[in-house]
Amino acid sequence: MTVTESTPTTPVNGVNVEALLGARQALTDAPEAAAFTWRATCDWVLGTHARTEVQGFFGLGQEHERSGHSVDTDHPEIFASADNGMTPVEAVLSGLVGCLTAGVASVATNRGIELRSVKATVEGDMDLQGILGIDGDVRNGFNGVRVDFDIDADASDEEIAAIVAQSQKRSAVFDIVTNPTTVTVSA
Amino acid sequence: MTHHSAAAQVTTVIIGGGQAGLAMSRALQMASIDHVVLERGQVANSWRTERWDSLRLLTPNWMTRLPGHRYDGGDPEGYMTAAETAAFLDHYRAVIAAPVVTGATVSAVEIDEPGRYRVRTTVGDWRCRSVVVATGACTTPHVPALAGRLPGRIQQLTPTAYRNPDTVDGERVLVVGASAGGAQIADELARAGRDVTLAAGNHVRVPRTYRGMDIHWWMDRLGLLDERWTEVDDIVRARRTPSLQVVGHPDRRPLDLNTLQANGATVVGRLAGVTDAAVQFSGSLANTVTSADLKLGRLLDAIDDHVDATGLGAEVAAPDRPAATVVAEAPLLRSPADIDAVLWATGYRPHYTWLPEQLLDRKGAIVHEGGVMAAPGMYVLGLPFLRRRKSSFLDGVGPDALDLADHLVGWLDGRGHASSRPAPGGPGIRRSDPVGVAL
Repeated sequence: MTVTESTPTTPVNGVNVEALLGARQALTDAPEAAAFTWRATCDWVLGTHARTEVQGFFGLGQEHERSGHSVDTDHPEIFASADNGMTPVEAVLSGLVGCLTAGVASVATNRGIELRSVKATVEGDMDLQGILGIDGDVRNGFNGVRVDFDIDADASDEEIAAIVAQSQKRSAVFDIVTNPTTVTVSA
Repeated sequence: MTHHSAAAQVTTVIIGGGQAGLAMSRALQMASIDHVVLERGQVANSWRTERWDSLRLLTPNWMTRLPGHRYDGGDPEGYMTAAETAAFLDHYRAVIAAPVVTGATVSAVEIDEPGRYRVRTTVGDWRCRSVVVATGACTTPHVPALAGRLPGRIQQLTPTAYRNPDTVDGERVLVVGASAGGAQIADELARAGRDVTLAAGNHVRVPRTYRGMDIHWWMDRLGLLDERWTEVDDIVRARRTPSLQVVGHPDRRPLDLNTLQANGATVVGRLAGVTDAAVQFSGSLANTVTSADLKLGRLLDAIDDHVDATGLGAEVAAPDRPAATVVAEAPLLRSPADIDAVLWATGYRPHYTWLPEQLLDRKGAIVHEGGVMAAPGMYVLGLPFLRRRKSSFLDGVGPDALDLADHLVGWLDGRGHASSRPAPGGPGIRRSDPVGVAL
């Protein structure tokens, strides 16, 4: 997409909306390029400590290499672990809130709203009787997740609520967390 | 393929004898274009055979204006039943003397060469220079693929098969879809004492009346219904917008997730999955209802602003905003053993298997720009937001028919097959959506 001299080249909020809209159009015209596969590899370190790294993904019809991104997961000391990283469930919450926050920035920018600050707090409630096998009626996962956004921007409360709502509608991780997915695990 | 039987010759073939086909017939008649209207059943066939007993139009009777004829009965604020709608359209056919051939099911439209078409039907073929597809938006109910995973003992039906609560076997009914059809049928079943679960995905919540006036009166007055397809930011999304969650009941009662719950229905999230062990609902219901309430708020804000700006305040009632939607803690899972029947109110997807493939997109929908199809002389009419927000309404198809008849006449006169977009600076000039959202 051509940027004319009259158009400011510095994207608002650091989001390049033109590029996002261009990508949307390109993938509408060539839907096969929209098929992506995300990957990560995980190595056990010690105890409950594991390190997950991403080396690349497939998309736009080809492989893309990347490096340097990893996340350490572990359990806290009250579980007799070494606490070498966030717990996997906290990593899930990080994914959710990171995705929603990115969405807030994209949607706000697309609507011409400059953001001064965005802070999100996420909480997930869990009954450990599930994973510990104490009560078969209790599920392992969250029985509820709450996200609270504190957004400072030149916008009305309704506009901010609408941005947050739209961010959820377009969020991959929100969909992953709220809807079932078939998971196959092999060894 | 050679066809030996003689084909009838006509300038334009209109496929479909409902509101769109009849409006186009009238428009072509006024332009002195000879034509024929091919109807698979009788005039207004869907209204006679594929609508449930209690269904009424969503728009008030006064909003029933077709080229050359309008509602002139004694109840302008009322809502026509399906049978009354069929009778109205039959009367319209007689008033305008539309050349309708009934019992003619189209099996194929063939392009001999651009501008030379052959329409094959069960009662013979027509050769023509131009074709108008007016088969309507609500012919084939869409049922999601996961329907096939439900056990065979569960009765499954669509709104075209539903007549009244007696159509539904068993007590425990899952209604999928919370737009006009799903919400109305869920309400009827709940009032009949059935144990109803309503799976609600994205929907458009509006009150039946606001400040004492019908919501369509407001939308008409604010000019929302006349908005053109060239004026909205995202026409693809605007065309996908589901029907308003509203009912045309004589007592003008509201219909929303609050009233449904008050009548005993359980509201859950969008149907997300079906396994042998569980029917799964999305955990996104909170955002679904928040989005619907925010959109509703913007519409009512626009109405209040309009009242303030035009000094209408003394003539209409005070603002009476409906309460925010409250959904009880919704279950995420239900055992298939606890469901007797599923009603799929998941929209309609017309199937155009009889049209040449090159005129369709990869999902089988007709490619068109404001109703002008890719093949010269071919048009489609009566689809959602074809040229105006009201395009699929009984009250909205008329202006579209007149626009497209103009284009058709121009093409026959050799003025080409150019775009039918309104000229820049004309009434179609782009402006921002006054409600700030696609309704």
